[in-house]
Amino acid sequence: MPQGRRTLSAKRVRRPWGIRRTGELAIIPVFVDPQRKRKIRLVVALGVAVLLAVALVYTSFSASTEAKEPSQLLTAAPGTSYEMTGKVVDGSIRHQGSGIVFRVVDRDGQGRSMPVTYTGTVPDPFRGGREIVLTGSVKSGTFVGEPETLITKCPSKFTTKSDA
Amino acid sequence: MPSLGSALLALAFLTALFAAAVALAGRNGNRRRIDLSRRTVYVFCGLITACVVIIEVAFASNDFSFNIVQQHSSLETPPFYKLAAMWSSQEGSLLLWAWVLSLVSSAALFATRNKLREIVPWATAVMMGVAAFFTGLMLFAPDVDPFATLNPVPSDGIGLNPLLQHPSMMIHPPMLYSGYVSLTVPFAFAIGALITRRLDAEWVRSTRRFALIAWAFLGFGLLLGARWSYTELGWGGYWAWDPVENAALMPWLVVTAFLHSIMVQEKRGMLKVWNAALIVGSFSLALLGTFLVRSGVLQSIHAFGDNTVGPYILGLIAVVLIGSTALIVSRLDDMRSEKRIDSLVSRESVFLVNNLLLVALTAVIFWGTFFPLISELFTGNKASLAAPWFDRYTTPLAILLVLFTGIGPLLAWRRVTWASAKRVFRVPAIVAAVVAVALVLFSDAPGKPWAFALFVFSAFALTGLAQEFWRGAAARRSLTGEAMPAALVAVVSRNRRRYGGYIVHIGIAVILIGIAASSSFQTNRDVTLRPGESTVVDGRTITYMKPTAAVDSEKFTYGAVLRVEEDGKLIATLRPSRRYFRPTGQESGTIGSFFSGEATSRARK
Repeated sequence: MPQGRRTLSAKRVRRPWGIRRTGELAIIPVFVDPQRKRKIRLVVALGVAVLLAVALVYTSFSASTEAKEPSQLLTAAPGTSYEMTGKVVDGSIRHQGSGIVFRVVDRDGQGRSMPVTYTGTVPDPFRGGREIVLTGSVKSGTFVGEPETLITKCPSKFTTKSDA
Repeated sequence: MPSLGSALLALAFLTALFAAAVALAGRNGNRRRIDLSRRTVYVFCGLITACVVIIEVAFASNDFSFNIVQQHSSLETPPFYKLAAMWSSQEGSLLLWAWVLSLVSSAALFATRNKLREIVPWATAVMMGVAAFFTGLMLFAPDVDPFATLNPVPSDGIGLNPLLQHPSMMIHPPMLYSGYVSLTVPFAFAIGALITRRLDAEWVRSTRRFALIAWAFLGFGLLLGARWSYTELGWGGYWAWDPVENAALMPWLVVTAFLHSIMVQEKRGMLKVWNAALIVGSFSLALLGTFLVRSGVLQSIHAFGDNTVGPYILGLIAVVLIGSTALIVSRLDDMRSEKRIDSLVSRESVFLVNNLLLVALTAVIFWGTFFPLISELFTGNKASLAAPWFDRYTTPLAILLVLFTGIGPLLAWRRVTWASAKRVFRVPAIVAAVVAVALVLFSDAPGKPWAFALFVFSAFALTGLAQEFWRGAAARRSLTGEAMPAALVAVVSRNRRRYGGYIVHIGIAVILIGIAASSSFQTNRDVTLRPGESTVVDGRTITYMKPTAAVDSEKFTYGAVLRVEEDGKLIATLRPSRRYFRPTGQESGTIGSFFSGEATSRARK
């Protein structure tokens, strides 16, 4: 409607931005025709979605910590943060200062064990023979866990049978 | 008894198949067949209820000839937990799924017995198909038969994992399961509406209540879980972005989006494809949650069971996703919007923004939860994402969400005039500004920009909501001359749907304020104290008063009494404790045997 549009654009200057002749609020100015408006909305929405997707992919690969088992960590680069998964060696848990020291082997129980130090909250199910997940890094052959990152996997049953 | 249970379960399976078949046979409107299928669903419900009763009676009477009782209960398990022990097992939770499904299906079919003639047969078939799937799993999948027996009968059971011996065990899992399972109803009716091309708002109106029930159960279950996790030491506080927590949060978020966007479909006939996609998405996410709870796919503190049914559930998810997508695509022509969005400043447009925010939140959480699998696919290494990564995305999204929680209810449908905007936004904006100034002057909140923004936006939202209550009551008072409190009660009880929603908005704002405050302003310190010693943490003096110890037949409890003082005044007495459970079936008598068992810690006020 060319006539209508001319009237609108003539009066546009006297109103604050985004306010229509009828006093309605609008984000996309009123002189843009509805067909184009829909296109603008679609492009903006898709743009935001693509941006979010790219950000997710990018940050997740850089922020994630790799999960490794003790046998892989023995040769790992010192200083890099890893998430260690493995099984606590029976009878290896000792208190040292305000923390604990223990040894961890691969989940299948094979291979060489690795010494671990940890300070912080120790979960209740933590004990020898259980699977754990711990974030930390390797310092001179010892895995140094970050505080409050120790997770002990819950045994489905608490008999000695399921610990095996 | 076990053989009776097995027989009833097998009968229930056949009943579900029969109900689905009769419903399909009545799809052209044969009243007698539809009635028969509905009544068969009631029978299915009765049969599954009988199975649950048999199992619970076996738990209550220590019948260790049942494998499920022997594995998850013992003579010493407190009676209260014997009843809850059913769902600590994999087979028991499948039975719980089937039972809740039989209850909600019966309720839904009863509620729609004189409505939606064309959709109901298809919805019955879908619900009973899902019911037959879960009942069939218990009958045919390995190791999940709830009526498996032991011979010879053991004299005692293994007992319920002490970590699960918490009052929440009684109610948290059934709540979450009820939430997951109730989603089957709106999903089934959506599928029925798609197949029959009855895609107006009728199916939405009839099943909205069930979506709301599912939403409420899920939300309640999540809050209970958060509370439980908060008191349990080493579970990462009330929220740890644990895969299983995320698995329950995702369907809740998507149903929240659904409950908003169906209002747009009811009022304006828009967003039909979107609504169908949301309900399919939330049901699939609910199945995914059921799968994750009992699988070892992702590292989780919830990895309680061995997974033998995972592949079957994944198969069901695949069928649901592929089938529904194909159905939606084939019905695109029938789902054209009846109207278009007039203005970006309108209630429907804010609903759309809120939907996009909720779906974006879900997408972020989904990506983070499944990242270990994604990264293994691309790099060969299982790498996982920790809480800071989740916080980076969820914090800004939550802040925007709370802002729109306040804006949405204030805007009119279709379009908003400058004059009405000034009228409704003036007071909330002024209050938000005052709160912002007060925070800058009297608190250290400005140092935490995210928390600061959340507090200010929450002030805006809460004021806007309070204003809505006030305006509604004031309008009624001027009409009827009632006193203000009476007018408020009358206006709320006459518009329960609207004001109920506002109450939920207030709840969400309060929860988010709590999350922002507790996560931004907490102090963690490790200190070693002897009895009588004290330490100062963030201005509060914590004194270790005395150690405590107690023994009963089941456990050995030792703990501490901590006094927390601020400015010389007692503000709390904390009683953290650790409980050591004696392993059952072993020689007892020495204190030492307690320590070879299981331990749990609690923080209590």
